[in-house]
Amino acid sequence: MKKALIPLGIFIVLVVFLAIGLTRDPHEIPSPLIGKPAPAFTAPRLHESGRTFSAKDMLGQVWLLNTWASWCVACRQEHPILMEFAKTKTLPIIGLDYKDPEADGLKWLARFGDPYDLSVTDRDGRIGIDYGVYGVPESFLIDKAGVIRYKQIGPVTEEALRDKILPLIRALQK
Amino acid sequence: MKYVLALILALQCALSSWAGEATPLAEDPVVEQRLIGIAEELRCLVCQNESLAGSRADLALDLRREIRTLIKAGKTDAEIMDFMVSRYGDFVRYRPPVNPLTWMLWFGPFALLIGAGVILVRMVRSSQRGAGPKALDAAQREKAQSLLKDPDFPS
Repeated sequence: MKKALIPLGIFIVLVVFLAIGLTRDPHEIPSPLIGKPAPAFTAPRLHESGRTFSAKDMLGQVWLLNTWASWCVACRQEHPILMEFAKTKTLPIIGLDYKDPEADGLKWLARFGDPYDLSVTDRDGRIGIDYGVYGVPESFLIDKAGVIRYKQIGPVTEEALRDKILPLIRALQK
Repeated sequence: MKYVLALILALQCALSSWAGEATPLAEDPVVEQRLIGIAEELRCLVCQNESLAGSRADLALDLRREIRTLIKAGKTDAEIMDFMVSRYGDFVRYRPPVNPLTWMLWFGPFALLIGAGVILVRMVRSSQRGAGPKALDAAQREKAQSLLKDPDFPS
């Protein structure tokens, strides 16, 4: 009787492991950059291509770097949430227009609204590589010392904003 | 007409894929060889079951370009690996380093194998101990005898 239960026990353990595995998203790869200084970059601004923006310009502020692109479908889903969030003026949101022709990016912002304090262009995706971006949208929360504290992989959702990002921003802004 | 159209379309496909495959030849073959060696060891993060060498994802193209630049800048293979891991994490490597986080991954299968071996040995031993022939008691002996004498039962 006891012996007959052994395969059942193994089966239950297996099912538990598989069940946990199924609830996890294999596309969410933890970033090694969390807790590390945000990679430095200087890039032309989207709206005023004559001027540049550097990550170090933001030292002393908590800010959000949001990668987006006009060709990115999930960005459309995220966009209204970012628009609402931008209205609260909680923190500066910088957009990184990833691998996108400038004209397309500008058109996209004109059509759907611009939640960003400013956007910079990453035409060849070089900045994206430094930030370990492997799928837009991705967002990085960066603290006053320029350290990446949180990475949102995929669209910023209302839940993620309410439960994770906002509490963290408040703690970091203190 | 239909067939001609199909033929033209097929030719078009063949021609365009040929053009795609042929581009690397224009590059420095030594650099390309090293690039393939490194990229085979790296995972494409967009289509995770493909190596960076085999993937046609946009990001894979960019990363191959990046590795090519690093090779030309005189970086060693280890330095290029570090470049990738510092940005994308250990997951980008097909052979992740041995550390407490990956112990399960590296040693788990061997632990399971040893566990299964121990169970097998114990099962075999206990069945050998328990399965020895037992002497028959009087009633069983009688029954056997009667069965052996039974004319309907071919001996």
